[in-house]
Amino acid sequence: MATILFYLFAGLAIGGAIGVVMSKSPIGSLLFMVTALGAMAGTFVLLEAHFLAAIQIIVYAGAIMVLFLFVIMLLNLGHDYQKDLKGGAFAVLSFGVIGGIAGLMAQQLGSTGLEDGPGGAAIDAAMAEHGAVGAIATELYTTYVVPFEITGILLLVAIVGALVLAKREV
Amino acid sequence: MITEALVLSAILFVIGTFGVLVRRNAIIMFLCIELQLNAVNLSFVAFSRLYGIEGQLFVFFVMTVAAAEAAVGLAIIISIFRHYETVNVDSFNLLKW
Repeated sequence: MATILFYLFAGLAIGGAIGVVMSKSPIGSLLFMVTALGAMAGTFVLLEAHFLAAIQIIVYAGAIMVLFLFVIMLLNLGHDYQKDLKGGAFAVLSFGVIGGIAGLMAQQLGSTGLEDGPGGAAIDAAMAEHGAVGAIATELYTTYVVPFEITGILLLVAIVGALVLAKREV
Repeated sequence: MITEALVLSAILFVIGTFGVLVRRNAIIMFLCIELQLNAVNLSFVAFSRLYGIEGQLFVFFVMTVAAAEAAVGLAIIISIFRHYETVNVDSFNLLKW
């Protein structure tokens, strides 16, 4: 059952990704991207990362994609149907080859490893004890509290930078 | 499941790279960069099944940085659009030698 679901989500994600690249209008690209992100949230659930799946839907497919949509609407690009694909058969062929190599590498990397290593058992135990959010939170607020605080500073800098850049009369 | 997730991640990353190199619309290039970030996130989650919860924590940080990057990048695109009235990257050659 999990395997069938995984292949379903994988097909949706790849289809969405191809749609992002091939779609003519920016709005179409964006909607394909939301599809791909939702499908990837599904694969996160199948890999037992429930909190990340929720964050993926809320932050990525929700907030960030709406930001992109605002910008597309604001710049009035919704009817910008001009074809802007560069390259041709050669580009597709070269990326097919690179993609094949990357896929084979990933498969080798995965098949030397295990179906479920020691990390999986540790995560399952932590999730049984603290819940899906608590398993991440206990690590985040103890061992990794300094990177977490630095992330806060990064977000503040990003807010100020975005305001300064997008303001009229710079 | 881990192997399949790694393969899926590789495929998505390659599609994202393809999009960045082939499309000329700045916003769609940006969307493809987000796709690449997500592909890496997927492989982090897959490796967290092997090596522990740090993989999931790193995904958390990557998402935060991606949100910050999206805000700043879209602000840059807006201010460029004010000057050039287009988002086609072929017409931005101010920094070209």
